[in-house]
This record gives sequence, C-alpha cells and structure tokens, in this order.
Amino acid sequence: MSPKGVPEAVIAAVSSEEHPIAPFLRMDRMPHIWCSTCGIGTAVKALVAAFEKLETDLDKVSIVSGIGCTGRVAGYVRLDSFHTTHGRPIPFATGLKLANSELTVIVFSGDGDLSAIGGNHFIHAARRNMDLKVICVNNFIYGMTGGQAAPTTPLTAVTSTTPYGNAEPPFNLCHLAAACGANYVARWTALHVRRLTKAFAEILVKPGFCFVEVITPCSTLYARKNRLGTGLDIMKYYHDNTVIEHGAEPADTDIVFGGPIICGKFVDRDRPTWLEYQDQHLGEVLGDKYYRGKVLQGAGER
Amino acid sequence: MRREIRITGFGGQGVILSGVIVGKAASIYDNKNATMSQAYGPEARGSACSTQILVDDKEILYPYIRKSDVLVAMSQEGFSKFVGELKADGVLIYDEDMVNPGEVKKGIKVYPIKAQRMAETDLGRKIVTNIVMLGFFTAVTQAVPKEAMVEAIKTSVPKGTIDLNLKAFDLGYDAFE
Amino acid sequence: MKADPIGVRTGTLYLDGDRATAEGAIAAGCRFFAGYPITPSTECAELISERFPEVGGIFIQMEDEIASITAIIGAAWGGARTMTVTSGPGISLMMENIGLAIMLETPCVVANVQRGGPSTGLPTMVGQADVMQARWGSHGDYEIIAYSPQSPQEAFDFTIKAFNMAERYRTPVIVLLDECVGHMVEKVVIPPADTIEIEPRRLTDAAKDEYLPFAYGDDLVPDMAIAGMGYRFHVTGLTHDERGYPEMSVRCQEWLVPRLVAKIRQNADDIIEFDEENTDDADVVVVSYGISARVSRMAIDLAREKGIKVGFLRLRAIWPFPEKRVAELAKKIKSYVVVEINLGQIYYEVQRCAAGRCETLLSPHAGGGVHDPEDIFKVIEKGAKVK
Repeated sequence: MSPKGVPEAVIAAVSSEEHPIAPFLRMDRMPHIWCSTCGIGTAVKALVAAFEKLETDLDKVSIVSGIGCTGRVAGYVRLDSFHTTHGRPIPFATGLKLANSELTVIVFSGDGDLSAIGGNHFIHAARRNMDLKVICVNNFIYGMTGGQAAPTTPLTAVTSTTPYGNAEPPFNLCHLAAACGANYVARWTALHVRRLTKAFAEILVKPGFCFVEVITPCSTLYARKNRLGTGLDIMKYYHDNTVIEHGAEPADTDIVFGGPIICGKFVDRDRPTWLEYQDQHLGEVLGDKYYRGKVLQGAGER
Repeated sequence: MRREIRITGFGGQGVILSGVIVGKAASIYDNKNATMSQAYGPEARGSACSTQILVDDKEILYPYIRKSDVLVAMSQEGFSKFVGELKADGVLIYDEDMVNPGEVKKGIKVYPIKAQRMAETDLGRKIVTNIVMLGFFTAVTQAVPKEAMVEAIKTSVPKGTIDLNLKAFDLGYDAFE
Repeated sequence: MKADPIGVRTGTLYLDGDRATAEGAIAAGCRFFAGYPITPSTECAELISERFPEVGGIFIQMEDEIASITAIIGAAWGGARTMTVTSGPGISLMMENIGLAIMLETPCVVANVQRGGPSTGLPTMVGQADVMQARWGSHGDYEIIAYSPQSPQEAFDFTIKAFNMAERYRTPVIVLLDECVGHMVEKVVIPPADTIEIEPRRLTDAAKDEYLPFAYGDDLVPDMAIAGMGYRFHVTGLTHDERGYPEMSVRCQEWLVPRLVAKIRQNADDIIEFDEENTDDADVVVVSYGISARVSRMAIDLAREKGIKVGFLRLRAIWPFPEKRVAELAKKIKSYVVVEINLGQIYYEVQRCAAGRCETLLSPHAGGGVHDPEDIFKVIEKGAKVK
C-alpha cells in the first residue's frame, strides 16, 4: 500500500533506485529491526561513508556485536560479522584480532552491552590498549528489552525499571575509556554525521583502543518515557544543546538530563598497542628465541 | 615393590624440586614407575611444604601415600605433621639442626644429618641443602640408584649450577657410612 | 596432516597433568590461549605463557573466565587453534559461551581440572563432580565431547585428541581432568612430530558468492570460513538459517538444533572411547574414569583375589557416553558398580542405560581425596551378591 497522496509512479521510481550504501549492506536482510528515527542506522551510514572515504579493503574488516538493538549491526553490514553473546563482543574481538593481526576489528554495540554486562571487558581492553575500534551507540536505555535503565541513564530520567526517575549516577563512557588508557576517545551525536564519519575514518587507521560514543535518539522508549518528543525533536535538541569542545577534559564531559552534550575528540594519543608492546618486550627479553620477532623481521626484509 | 617416600620442609628449601628429582630418577633413569605429587595451596606456599613420591615396578594405582617407607624431614613442622604416617619399620632421615625428633617409636630407623650446615660450611651455599639431603637419602635407602639420581639432578637444576649440585649430592651420599 | 615440529617437545619428560595438557595443546598446534588463573589448573596456563613466545603463540591473561572462553572463540574465527583452562568456579562462568561455541560451531578446547565443589569448595583438592555440568552446563540442547585422562601421559594424548575432534566436528571439546591427575607428576613420552596426526580445519573452498556458512553434507558438519578469507559471512548466537542469518521460527529451530545434536550422536562411534577388561565372565562390572579408574583397579584386584568375577569399563571419553555397550553388558551381569568422586553422576547414566536389566550401585566420594580401595571393594562385594 502506498503512503497517502504519493503517486504510484513516484514510489516505483524511488524504489527501483538502489540505496547508495546497499553494496555495503546485506540487502537480503532488509527491512531491519530498528524503529524509525532511531540513530543506529545513522551511525552505520557514517561507518560505511568512512569505508568509502578510505577505500578500505573490506575483506580484511571484521565487525563484532553483542546483544541489543545495536547488537544487530553485525548482521546488516556485509563484512565478516559476528553477533555474539550479551556483553562479550570485546573479548571475542580481542581473540579475533590477536589470531589475525591483519584484520581491522570493529566492535559495534550498545551502551548496555558494553558498559553494564560488558563493563569489565571494556575497561580491561582499554587498559591493554587492545587494537579494537569500539563504536558505542548510546541511547541511555535498554531498547530491545523494552526500555529499562542502563548504566548510562542520566539521573532522574524515567525508564521502565526507574519509573520514578533514575536515582543512580551514570557512567560517562568517554571519561571511563580515557581513564583506562584508550588511544582515541570521541563523542558525537546522530546529528553530526559528517564529524562522525571523520571520527570513524580516523579510528579505522589508528592503532590501539579507539572509542567513539554516538549519542542517538530512542524515540520509541527513552523519548516517550521522558516526554522528549519525536526523533526530530531530539535532533533539534542535539542541534541546540551540543557544545563542540575538542580536547575537553573527559572528566568534564558528563551528560546531565536536560543539559548540554559536550562533543568532540577528547583523546588522541599513541600508547603502544597490546601486541606492539608484547612484540617489543618479548623481542628484547627473548631475542632470537621470540618466534613472532623472527616472523616480523622476515616480513620487514621482504 | 612399592615404596612410599615423603620429603617435607618449608617453602624455599627446594622440597618440591627434591621430589621431582627422585621421581624423575626412578621413572626416567631407572625405568620404574614413579608418581610424585605435592601439597598445594596457600598453606604450602612459604610455610609447611611437602612432596610425596611413590616408586613401584608395577603400575601405580593409588596416587597417595598411605604408610610411608621413608620420611625426609627438613623442618620441625613437617616432621611433626608426617612422622605419624611412617611405617613401623620406616626410615626417618632428618636435618639435626632443623628437627628435634624427640622420642621416636621403636622399630623406626633413624638417620640424622647436618645437611644445611654441610651445605653452608663445605660448599658455601645453603641453597643446595636439599641436594645434600638427597645424596644422603640415596645412600641410606638405595631406593633409587645413584647414577639415576645424578642424571636426574643434571636435567633438573639450573644449567650453571650442575657441578655445585653434584658436589652437594656427593657430600650427602658420602656422609653415610 | 602432521604436527608442526616446532611445538613438539619430543622426548621423555617428567610432567604433571596440567603441564602435560599444555604440551599436548602446543603439539596439537594450539597457538592462542586466553585464561584466568585458578587453582588447580594454573600450571597449564603458566607453561603455555612460557612456551608460546618461542612457538609463535599468543598467550593472554584475561580479566575473567567469561572473557577467556569468549576470546578463544573469537581467535578460532581468526584462524587459530585455541584453548583455555580452568576449574570449578571458572567453568561455571564459561558455560554461557561454551553455548556460543556450540551455536557458532567453533572448534576450541576447554580443559577443566576438577576440584571439590560446590562454589569455591576445595580449591587444592580433587573432585569429579563437574561431569554432568560438562554435559549439560550451558542452556539449551546440545551434545558435548569430553575426555577424562587418568595420568599425565593421557592428559597429553587426550588433549591432542580433543583438538582433533574439535576440528572434525566443529565443536568445543572438554578435557575433564581432576586435580589429582592435574597435579601428579609422572613420566610423559612425547613422540616425534611426524607421528602425531593433526586434523586440519575444515575450511570451505566454495566460490565467494556461493558460500553458505551452515550448509552441510552427510556428516552433518558444515565447512568453515574464517575472518579475512573474503567470504564476508555472518554468524550469530541466535537461531540461524544456512546463510547464518537469524530466524526466530520453529521451522528454523527444527532445522538447526537437531543437527547440532545429531552431528555428535550420529558420529558417536567415532568419538566414544573406553577400555574394557574381563567383562566376558563378569558378575560385576566397575565403571570409572579419571583418577578413580586407577584406584578402582586396586579394588578390582582385591575382589578377584577373593574370587569375585569383576570386569572393568574405564571411560576414556566420558561424553558421548557409551550407551550401547553399557546396555549390552547389563544383560549378562548382576550389577554395575560406578566409582566416581561425586555423589552420583555417571551413576545415573549407567543406571539409565542398564534400564533395570541389572543393578547399578554407587561407590561415592564427596571429594577432597580419592576412594579407599576397601570401600570400593565393599560395594563390589555387595554387587556380587545381587541375585
């Protein structure tokens, strides 16, 4: 059935045209499960745009997700993709990356997955500076299970498990990642498509633990429960309340209900990755006996 | 014939290494079956420490000591804990400076040695006390041939310390008349 | 294919079961290990951490056992042969993602050096009470392969076997040691690399656009792609179709899960391993495994000296369980005596398979030590008196 007032011919014309990012997606899995005005698709589009910009060899990119709305990203992007268990994409990705260091490994998951059930893995991967590109879609709520509180839910915000308002202080994920040792930390909203794309392009080529938090609307649950209006209203909110402050001290970027959202690239540094440090240290200690050292040297000579 | 051997002391004396050497000597260099195990856990790290070695011509089925044939004691605590499991005609070997056995049941054959003092004065290295003890143990019990023990020591101690350890072994071995 | 000589420490070593497990893994080509320290399994991880740098392996100590099992699954999809090792509390944490390994059909090996439980229980002392957990511990329907070595030599041999079966059936395989075997030191003969057979990974050679990750043939095991080969495949812990896409339907569940179970059940004869002694004229057959099998044989010798006709069924692989053989023997004997360091686990399996054709008796032990052979003997005696 066609939407009211739109001529059939127009619909046919629009429908026949392949979506510009279709080659990057598993079109045989469409339609996706996300609500209209959800920000996850925007984040996916920005990632794809970064691939296009960098002309990335997609055969060498793997994407790992956990459980939740964002957890479904792995299923829709046409890469080697792994939809794992709740909270576990980071350790899965750690194994994947260390087994084949040629791979670029992206972890694409939600705030609940990465910071609640997966919080321990998150801090340790950041501490190790594991060479993972961690993209966290933060909508402040558990969407897939019906709108429960997350570790990111701002104080006083209403969810289905905080019906009188949340009385628990939330994590500031950028601060957490930075404090644990991440090489790259940035925050953008679903409105900042161009800047988000640029951030993704940066982390795809930057070694080490790179973390990008994408603040997105959940109009179905978070906005409805907190009377924040439609998806469009939230975008307007982002427009009016975002403060871009590159290099901001991550500790000063807490998100407060109804307050401004500080965005920008907060951290960009070059600690050695876990594997670089292993190779360097074990190479020094073991010399010729270090097998990977010999292999790496051999590769250099070729 | 099955022989059940217990070596005990405190952490840092090389008790476990001693067990490995006896077990390895018996199983690899004397073609017997030898199962060695150790008391584990926080209580065994630093304080009381023990290892058991079972040596048999036949397959070893029961993996623990039931009544020991030999107790080698390098600490009072270890001695007190394990002297009760010695067979009526068992062999007790102990370091005189470390253990005061008091009244020992009749029938138990008692062989004291000043292993730690010998290691310190004759070799200048207290660290090889356990190997002096093993030399003495080998001479007293003949549970494992001397040659097998020597081979086991060579392949178990750090590379640069083989000579020192073999000297320590001989020192202990010769201390038994 | 043959083992890579670089990982094989050919010779006669004096090793405990934990370290023999590590040597077995390295010989079998394990080159990624993630683990978390836990008594009494830690010696295995320690040896791996020492040996891996020289053989090109990657050792990582993770933040917990959940991360450890998940990392080895990820590494398997990156192409590595992988293992983790743990004990009671750790294996409980791993159960979630053993399920993931089952669902993604990921070859990997998990060694569990059993200690006394429940909970923290007896960290330094022996138990065999994780046997049913190994079989049923993760939620949902599945089959598992588990080996039970009775000596360090077998810990080495069975670990290689575990890696091979993991590859052959694309499934996690458990090496179910017990603390006694894990910590006992005995002679271990490591053969030359060219005598160690290694099962290669079942990698697909399908055309890039024709590969279906979960399409399968007669043996019910799909061919695998690993990340970076260019197949751009998808796998999920959700119920999935042959493309690997999630499909929440009865139809898809029925297509998938019975096959996951059947690929082990249908091939059980290839996996099941047991030793059988003197069952021809036996009135009583003792069933045991791990360290308890060794102790049982003392009781059997004792009983035979007293003229009791006792046979022995020693489980080398515990899972899948040798149902057919246990059922057959039940027809001609008076009783089974099951000897295990728990209060009845394999006992119920034996009873189930005997199905009333003979008595099934248990010689239990709550854990912390091995049986007194006399106690086992008494149960055998009772078993011989059954009419």
